[in-house]
Amino acid sequence: MFDYTPYLRTSRFPHIWCTGCGNGIVTKALLRAVEHSGLDRDRVAVVSGIGCSGRLTVYVDFDTLHTTHGRALAFATGLKLARPELTVIVITGDGDGLAIGGNHLIHAARRNLDLTCILFNNQTYGMTGGQVAPTTAASRLTSTSPDGNIEPAFDACALAKVAGASFVARGSTYHATGLETLLAQGIAHAGFAFVEVLTDCPELFGRHNKLGDGGRMLLRQREVTVPEAKARRMAPEDLEGKTVIGILHREERAEFAGEYARLRARLTGRAAAS
Amino acid sequence: MSATPTDGVRLLQGNEACALGAFAAGCRFYAGYPITPSSEIGEWMARMLPRAGGTFIQMEDEIASLAAIIGASLGGAKAMTATSGPGFSLMQENLGFAVFTEIPCVVVNVMRGGPSTGLPTSPAQGDVMQARWGTHGDHPIVALAPASVAETYTETARAFALAERFRTPVIVLLDEVIGHMREAFAVPTDTPAEERRRPAGSRETYRPYAMDADVPPLADFGEGYRFHVTGLAHDERGYPTRDPGVVAGLHARLARKIEGNAAGIARCETWGLEDASVAVLAYGATARSARAAVRRARGAGIRAGLIRPVTLWPFPGEVVRRWAPRLAAIVVAEMNLGQIALEVERLVAGATRVVGCHQADGELMLPAPILEALRRAG
Amino acid sequence: MQETARTKTPAIAVTDEWCKGCEICVLVCEERCLDMNARGTVDVVDAEACTRCMLCELYCPDFAITVQ
Repeated sequence: MFDYTPYLRTSRFPHIWCTGCGNGIVTKALLRAVEHSGLDRDRVAVVSGIGCSGRLTVYVDFDTLHTTHGRALAFATGLKLARPELTVIVITGDGDGLAIGGNHLIHAARRNLDLTCILFNNQTYGMTGGQVAPTTAASRLTSTSPDGNIEPAFDACALAKVAGASFVARGSTYHATGLETLLAQGIAHAGFAFVEVLTDCPELFGRHNKLGDGGRMLLRQREVTVPEAKARRMAPEDLEGKTVIGILHREERAEFAGEYARLRARLTGRAAAS
Repeated sequence: MSATPTDGVRLLQGNEACALGAFAAGCRFYAGYPITPSSEIGEWMARMLPRAGGTFIQMEDEIASLAAIIGASLGGAKAMTATSGPGFSLMQENLGFAVFTEIPCVVVNVMRGGPSTGLPTSPAQGDVMQARWGTHGDHPIVALAPASVAETYTETARAFALAERFRTPVIVLLDEVIGHMREAFAVPTDTPAEERRRPAGSRETYRPYAMDADVPPLADFGEGYRFHVTGLAHDERGYPTRDPGVVAGLHARLARKIEGNAAGIARCETWGLEDASVAVLAYGATARSARAAVRRARGAGIRAGLIRPVTLWPFPGEVVRRWAPRLAAIVVAEMNLGQIALEVERLVAGATRVVGCHQADGELMLPAPILEALRRAG
Repeated sequence: MQETARTKTPAIAVTDEWCKGCEICVLVCEERCLDMNARGTVDVVDAEACTRCMLCELYCPDFAITVQ
């Protein structure tokens, strides 16, 4: 067994997430990743935005910061630059990260600051009652697309990659063990690591679209995802309607805090801290 | 021109003095977004900070700028941003976040003509009520209004001291004309750097929002306290709560923290009130014209006095209340259509007449209209 | 046969106060060790059949079940 309790603020449990919500599965994968990465828990900070994913921070025993809607990456940027030795993990959602927060995601990726950004994608705005999100698939029913969504959906990973993220991965709650590995790899990566996680909102999105309970929605993820290595060998028509998971992009690129330290060293004539 | 403060007299631009005053007070983190007429502040910080081991970052917008300095402050840094009206409007949400979570930082608003894009290179004082109430919800705020380049230096430095002492964002309202003017002054050689109170005990006993004092200690992230900060209404541990008693208590402590300590925060200059029959109340650049108007009025036989708030919030109400009953009128001169005038009216509660001398056309208010108002009021 | 950690009956612990009755653990358990009870939470009905696949613990969103 994995004992999560040393990492939990147990007085805050049971947590706020609905019956069958996938967010707890992602949180556990994250905690396992932190443990198996050997991180000093006094040097880990978790910064979240607003939404169901944003509620994660109160449940975990680190320095935690629950910020304003869409702005977690900007808060995290300041914290990381002031304290580059801390491991800063950012928790955001499909609305928090791609709608109101889209601009901050783009620039955080561009700068390649060493943050790990985990985007919980459940295709809906759960906290506010199940409205449409930038990642909601076409024709899906939500409280603000009651006649079927006619907007195209973002590919969050593609956006992060083009914006400059040097580590881009997608995981799912069904592939929880693989998710732990992706998160650990993202944390270890020296640069902006973006991990989109497919998770489920059975209470609202699931109910609106008759997708069944949490268990059904969890198992369905197996049907709609394809591992990256397999996807590479598949024809485009076979990938129709499928979502690719795994590490989608990885490169070694100059990391922002390190670059700024080099600038300081150059200007002050002192060697940059390693 | 050297960017580091030296002994002796220097000719400085207001914005430059703002940056130097911040630096002297220990500011080593700046995040900002360019906007006229504040951009020079960021430019000075971009040059000074990395050379002093600090950090400058130009963020993607003003919202991110304030977010970044709040994050940096939680890491233990003294942090500042600067903007003007449109950017100040964008910052309101995060300003409320910093107020409610009690994170020290300094936000400079070099005020320009508004509303909207307005007059980017012209002075105005139209943001003073916004500074008080711009962010939603009940909250106290601290806002300073320097009236000279020298005072910009010292009040920006004092902004940091107040932010640290009271665990609050502090707004510096700088008039465009002062931000962009140049004046010579003796740069102080010794600016005390105040530090926030950090917890002394263990993680287990730390309460980031303790109710036993007006200002709870604030730990830095990354020092083992592992505490929670949220914009939700919270209890002493920082955890979200909806308990009405706890929420009411939090609001009461926040109000007490600022309003209850107003005597130590508010600053106001007065001149000639002992024998005055009428007074001008003015702040920032307008106060300079008001001073000239009062002198001319005296020369014309009018016993005029001057009340110059240096802090706008908390407003130095005690000064106004003390002198109002002895005056026939208070002329409130401001480069807006009447904002602080509302506060003065509220405070005097009929003890004297409050006369407005208002101007919002983008021009600096000159002594003449103030003198005219004094004549008519006397 | 010597009883080792491997052969000992797994200790499956349910934190009843945290369980929201999502039934994911019941769904993923191939050996039918778990079932829902009248309270709407989970009971361990057959610990002996448990193979320590750990899927219930892996997938429980509520941190409510562990397998030793």
